[in-house]
Parts: sequence; C-alpha cells; structure tokens
Amino acid sequence: MNTETLIPKVGVVTDIRIDTPDVKTFRVVGLDGKKVFEHIPGQCAMLSVPGVGEGMFSITSSPTNTEFMEFSIKKCGCLTSWLHAMEVGQQITIRGPYGNGFPVETALKGKDLLFIAGGIGLAPLRSVINYVRDKRENYGKIQIIYGSRSKDDLVDYQEILDEWMQDEGVEVNLTIDREQEGWDGHVGFVPNYVKELNPDLSKTVLMCGPPIMIKFTLAGLKELGFQETQVYTTMELRMKCAIGKCGRCNIGNKYVCKDGPVFRFDELDELPNEY
Amino acid sequence: MLKLSLKKLDELFAAMAQSQALYIPADNGGQAQYLRWAPGMKMTAALNTVRSAKDFFFPQTEGLVNFKMTGKTIEVIDPRTEAEDFVVFGVRACDARSFSILDKVFLVDPVDTYYQNRREHGTIVTMACRQPEETCFCTSFGIDPTHPEGDAVCWMTDDALYFEAVTPKGEALKEKIASLFEESDDAAVKAQQAETKAVLDRLPLHTFTAEPLGGDVLMKVFDSPSWKSLSEACLGCGTCTFVCPTCQCYDVRDFDTGNGIQRFRCWDSCMYSDFTLMAHGNSRNSQVERFRQRFMHKLVYFPANNDGEYGCVGCGRCLAKCPISMNIVKVAKCLEGELK
Ligand SMILES: Cc1cc2nc3c(=O)[nH]c(=O)nc-3n(C[C@H](O)[C@H](O)[C@H](O)COP(=O)(O)OP(=O)(O)OC[C@H]3O[C@@H](n4cnc5c(N)ncnc54)[C@H](O)[C@@H]3O)c2cc1C
Ligand code: SF4
Ligand code: SF4
Ligand code: FES
Repeated sequence: MNTETLIPKVGVVTDIRIDTPDVKTFRVVGLDGKKVFEHIPGQCAMLSVPGVGEGMFSITSSPTNTEFMEFSIKKCGCLTSWLHAMEVGQQITIRGPYGNGFPVETALKGKDLLFIAGGIGLAPLRSVINYVRDKRENYGKIQIIYGSRSKDDLVDYQEILDEWMQDEGVEVNLTIDREQEGWDGHVGFVPNYVKELNPDLSKTVLMCGPPIMIKFTLAGLKELGFQETQVYTTMELRMKCAIGKCGRCNIGNKYVCKDGPVFRFDELDELPNEY
Repeated sequence: MLKLSLKKLDELFAAMAQSQALYIPADNGGQAQYLRWAPGMKMTAALNTVRSAKDFFFPQTEGLVNFKMTGKTIEVIDPRTEAEDFVVFGVRACDARSFSILDKVFLVDPVDTYYQNRREHGTIVTMACRQPEETCFCTSFGIDPTHPEGDAVCWMTDDALYFEAVTPKGEALKEKIASLFEESDDAAVKAQQAETKAVLDRLPLHTFTAEPLGGDVLMKVFDSPSWKSLSEACLGCGTCTFVCPTCQCYDVRDFDTGNGIQRFRCWDSCMYSDFTLMAHGNSRNSQVERFRQRFMHKLVYFPANNDGEYGCVGCGRCLAKCPISMNIVKVAKCLEGELK
C-alpha cells in the first residue's frame, strides 16, 4: 500500500494462545494471509489498536517461520488489556520491523550460546533460540536457563517441553522462584541458578528479563569470569515513533528504538546509566 | 544584488503572495508572530517572533493517519494532501539554521515524509539582523546574523530592501518579483554589516562558546554534581522546549472523532514527568534527570551524532522566556567551569 513507516499495515490475529495468567501469544498475518514483513531475531514491531494505543513488542517468532509472526504480550495496561480481550479474526495495525536485532549472522555465528531469561524476557530470546535451532549447523552448543515466578508463569512451556528439551545439543535448565506442588525441577532465583550451573566461560550470553534479574545475573556472570563483551541484552524504554525521531527512548546519544534494543554490556557501559 | 525602496514593500508582498501563501513576522496582539500576509499587514518591529519558525515544517499538531473501524476490521487512510507552496519572509539567521538541524533529524533515513513534504514546498527568505539583542548568541554557533542562510537573503536599511537569491527556489522567487527591483551594488549592505558587527562585539554573550563540551567529555558532564543545583528551581513547565526552534520531541496520540480515529502527533517535552513513564517505571524519575536530558541532548548527544554540530542556534528564546531565568548559557558555563 505504501512505504511510509509511520503509517501502519493491517494485520489479522489468526490464533491466540494462553501462556500464563497474564501472558498470551498472538499469531499475526497480513490481509493476504502472508507474513507482513521479514525480520532479524531481536527486532520489534509497533502493534496498535486505533483509539486504544500503540506499543512496541518483540517479534517472538523466528524469521525461519515463513508463515506468520508471533507476539507474546503481558497484560499490564490499556493497550495490552485490550489485546488480551480480543478474539481470533480481530484486525490490529502493525508497523516495523524496528531495531537492530541480535548479530545472529556475524558475532554469534559458530559460538556456543547461553540464553538466560526471566519471565516475559523469553519473548525476544525465543526468536533467536528457534532461529538457531533451525540453523543448527551454524552454531555450537545451546544452553537455556529460564526462570519465572511459578510453573504457571513460564511462557512457551509446552514448546520448551515438546521441542527444545527434545533437541540434541540443547540443554534446558528451568527454575521457579518458590516451591510449588507438581514441580520437581529447580527452585530458586535465576542469578543464583546461573552461578550454581557454572556455565563454560567460552559461551556467548544472551540475557533478557526484569532489570533486577539482569543486574544480579550480570554481577554473577562477572564473578564466574565472563567478560562484558560476551554478554548481550535488550533494553526497554518508552517509545512512540520507533524511528529515532520523537526523542523519547534515548540512553545518552543512542536511541533504543533504532540503535538498540540489543546492546552488548560493554556498549552500555559507555552510555549514561539512565534506564 | 537587487534593491527596492521600502515604500514598495507592500507591492513586494503582494507579488510574492500572488501564486503562493506568504507569511511575514507581524504584530498579533502585541506579540510578534508569523502571520499569513493579507493586504495592509505590516512587518513587526520586534527582532524576532515569540514562537520559532519550526511550525512551518513541524507544526505543533499534525495528523498522521486515520482509521475506520467496523466490527473486527480496520481501514487505514492516509489523510495527507499535497502541501501548498509557501514563502516565509523575514526569517532570522538563527531560525534559518534551525531548519538544517531539524533536517538532520527528520530527513535522515527513514525520512519523515510529512516534514519533507512541507520542506519541499516552502521557500525561506531570511532577513539579516541590524540590532541583535543581549539574549542573542547565534555567533557562538558559527552563525552570521549579518548574512543568514536561506533560499534568498534580504537586508533592510532605513529606506531600502536588498535581495539576493541563493538557491534554485530563491531564484524562482526572484523571477516573480524582479520587475519591482532595481540592480544595485552592495555598498549599503556592506556598511550595515559592519555596523551590526560592532553591535555584536558588544553583546554580553558574544564570547560564549560551547566548545569545551565537545569531544569525549560525555560521561564527565553527565555525572556532574551541578545538575542538581541547576535544576532545583525548574518548574518543568516545558516553555523552553516549546519556544525552541530546534526542539523536536513529539508525542503520538489517537483521537476518536465519533466517525473514525485520527492518529496525530504533537510537540512534547522531555521536561515533562510522563515523557518517559512506562508501565513498570520511569527512566527519568526526577526533574534533575529530565532537565539534564534537555541540555545534554543539545550540547553533547546531538553533536556526538552530527559531526560536532550543536543542537542550539543561540536564538535566546529560552533565555527570555524561562520563568525562573534558567537557560542553556548558564548551564553550559557552569559545566565548563567544572571541566577546567
Ligand atoms: C523494545 C521493546 C520491546 C518490548 N517487547 C515486549 C514484548 O515482547 N512483550 C510485552 O508484553 N511487552 C513488551 N514491551 C513492553 C510493551 O511495549 C508495553 O508493556 C506496552 O506498550 C504497554 O502498553 P499498555 O497500553 O498496555 O500500558 P499502559 O501503561 O496503559 O501504557 C500507556 C502508554 O505507555 C506506553 N508504555 C507503557 N509501558 C511501556 C513500556 N514498557 N515500553 C514502551 N512503552 C510503554 C504505551 O505505549 C502507552 O502509550 C516492549 C517494550 C519495548 C520498548
Ligand atoms: S522554561 Fe525554565 S522552568 Fe520551564 S521547563 Fe524550561 S528550564 Fe524549567
Ligand atoms: S536552546 Fe534556547 S537559545 Fe538554543 S535554540 Fe533553543 S530556545 Fe534558542
Ligand atoms: S521511540 Fe521515538 S526516538 Fe525512539
């Protein structure tokens, strides 16, 4: 229709999966039934319901999925509540892709990868994980450490059990914050679990989750001997335009919508601590 | 160089307004403002307009896209029509430079086509300054107020207007109005420029320079203890951002017209507490951080991304209008003092 980035395209919601009590995963295609655009793992899209609001969401599906895009969305306000209440067949608007994405074809290629996620933080990492699983020959060993408040709060739990855990060369370590009936896995916070697991220092780390988890996990990784240049994360700031012009999402002279959301910790170190 | 008797100024405006809209700085209830020219309207005697000229290309509010919602379906409608051609006459050197700063935001990839559309249809005729005021410090940013940038440049003496076309757009305008002018040498303009330069040398902010804040002092400046005392009295009113010709932050909002949804953008201010407010917190929680953002952006971040060019043109509006008399010069001087 047009190439104007501030003018969104129409997307149709073709499937809604209830992941946790406050996270649903939505499948979105264009009006022609095809993917609305291609993306790099870690990139995001602006989704909106006109009259309700517009918000940035990680594209959680892998680019290797040729049929549709998926978004895992946590209910936390006006727009996200509306999205949670809608039914299959509803149209929404979508524009993107935005942001830099993870360097899957450059820096991450050939590496052993360690994914560390907390809660909804799995959303951006799932795109990378499934990309790497589909292009297995290009990457080394994969380890995934994922934690949530409870078993019911683990996003993509079924996919983790049925697919990731069945893959050869993929090690999955799940943890929940507190003991729970019907859970015989690990119990404890992610930062501590990472230290217990004592991952190999040769791994490149991709980490997403709540700020507090990131802070303590990074400290733990450094204690183990990891360098900041080995650890990637994604940043989340308020966004409106998504193209580096509305002046909202900057950390120092970088715009998270455009220059991020993926940063290496040594890059963040050079920026003001304002996030 | 072309010359016109000031007696014929109305004729000149009429000729310019014949094929396109003409805006001139005029008096509006005691405030200097750009107004659409109509016969009889005179130029203001004020040095510059209260609001900057950025409205012409980046209006305070602007429709982006419309939606029609029926049941589960959405129709997306591009509301834009081709902008009309217009001339802005009498733009000062500082505001003229602000356009090239805004270009570095809106015309870099991905191009903001709303801005671009207006930019392409606007012709800027600038006016050299004769009596710069004590709040002026455009020269600190390498701007020459006696010879502004623009599609065409004018100088006004006591009895005549001198005109020089610079760009193809300026040449096109010149063709439409040339018959009113006579050819002239530039002696009167040269003399006036020399007089104005003498005035500039006496201005209190003439020697101000933001130079020490360039280079790799970003983190040092950011961590300065002075931000707290500098920002202490700031009301967070946003006046400084609204009058500023280079402030470009905007918000995007939806409006239900009862007959569809209009998505529009409007100026916003980094001085406001909800600017960066998120569902889970705020990255700039106090006015200290918001205040710091405005000045860091203009003096450090923008130059870091744009070959050292500052995001301020020294127009002095924020000096004149801040209710607590805080301003970018005070901030820069204080920070520079600390770096020594
Ligand atoms: C790069 C990026 C990736 C994201 N990925 C995901 C994801 O995969 N899944 C997910 O559930 N959430 C994600 N978010 C957060 C999501 O954008 C917000 O939760 C959402 O916009 C909140 O909208 P709301 O109207 O429901 O909340 P409200 O609080 O009602 O929102 C009010 C306004 O604040 C803005 N806003 C509120 N919180 C945020 C926020 N955290 N970030 C940006 N704008 C915000 C909204 O755009 C809205 O205009 C991401 C945010 C960013 C910046
Ligand atoms: S005009 Fe003055 S008081 Fe108002 S936000 Fe700007 S610095 Fe603060
Ligand atoms: S910061 Fe102040 S002096 Fe500089 S361009 Fe903006 S309003 Fe003018
Ligand atoms: S969201 Fe507008 S600058 Fe990043």
